[in-house]
Amino acid sequence: MVSRSYGIARRYFVVNGFDGALTLLGLNIGFYVSDETSLRVVIGACLGATVALGISGISSAYISESAERERELRELEIAMARDLSRTAHGVASRYIPVFIALVNGLAPFSIGLIIMLPLWLANAGVVFPVTPLESAITLAFLVLFMLGIVIGKIRGSMWLWSGLRTLLIALLTALVIYLLTP
Amino acid sequence: MAKLKRVVLDVLKPHQPNIIDFAKAISALGEGYRVTLQVDEMDEKTETVLLSVEGDELDFEAMQSMINELGASLHSIDEVEIVPDETNLNERE
Repeated sequence: MVSRSYGIARRYFVVNGFDGALTLLGLNIGFYVSDETSLRVVIGACLGATVALGISGISSAYISESAERERELRELEIAMARDLSRTAHGVASRYIPVFIALVNGLAPFSIGLIIMLPLWLANAGVVFPVTPLESAITLAFLVLFMLGIVIGKIRGSMWLWSGLRTLLIALLTALVIYLLTP
Repeated sequence: MAKLKRVVLDVLKPHQPNIIDFAKAISALGEGYRVTLQVDEMDEKTETVLLSVEGDELDFEAMQSMINELGASLHSIDEVEIVPDETNLNERE
């Protein structure tokens, strides 16, 4: 009622989820265009990036959101000429940063794990019609397309166009990596 | 024991929750609470509102607690309507 946190959390989820998906896409394309790399190395690098993105998302959002909420509460306390720590505003200023930080961190973490799924499965012995890296790259493109759809729904614009736009960004990223790889 | 039927309060509140949510929170305190909220003055971060609540038997302490919980401050009690509790009167007769 006092926090307007749902919209903020949704924005953080999309922004950091997009970051996570694009990072994993970049990593996998990097490995794909490089010389043959063992699956264990690919999994280790992707997992490292995913965990780092998750922890970075949690800590950065918590630090910035809690500072922002504390400042807002202090300003409101001055305007109201009273202590608001035991009110709905005080509770929101303590718990909302935790909620937003979790969304911000878990978005890239969970999306990273989803994109890594073909790599895990291949490592466990599951056979794919294409290589595990190609499967992970395809999944990353799919996830980015889905995130585009979510952005389109939030904006209220055409979901297909929004999905295609994020897919285009992903394709451009892949192209730049391909061109820059020696 | 007299019953509190109507009360008009002068309240200073932050903009959030807005007056609709604020009125709903007060009306949820008891069955049949009819709440009217009128914004009297608006500042950058706060607004002064006239909160009018009517009901068969209002719980003033609960209203005060809710106003406090929503980050607002009760400035003054501007009007009250008290009626005698007729059940008690009938019992005495």
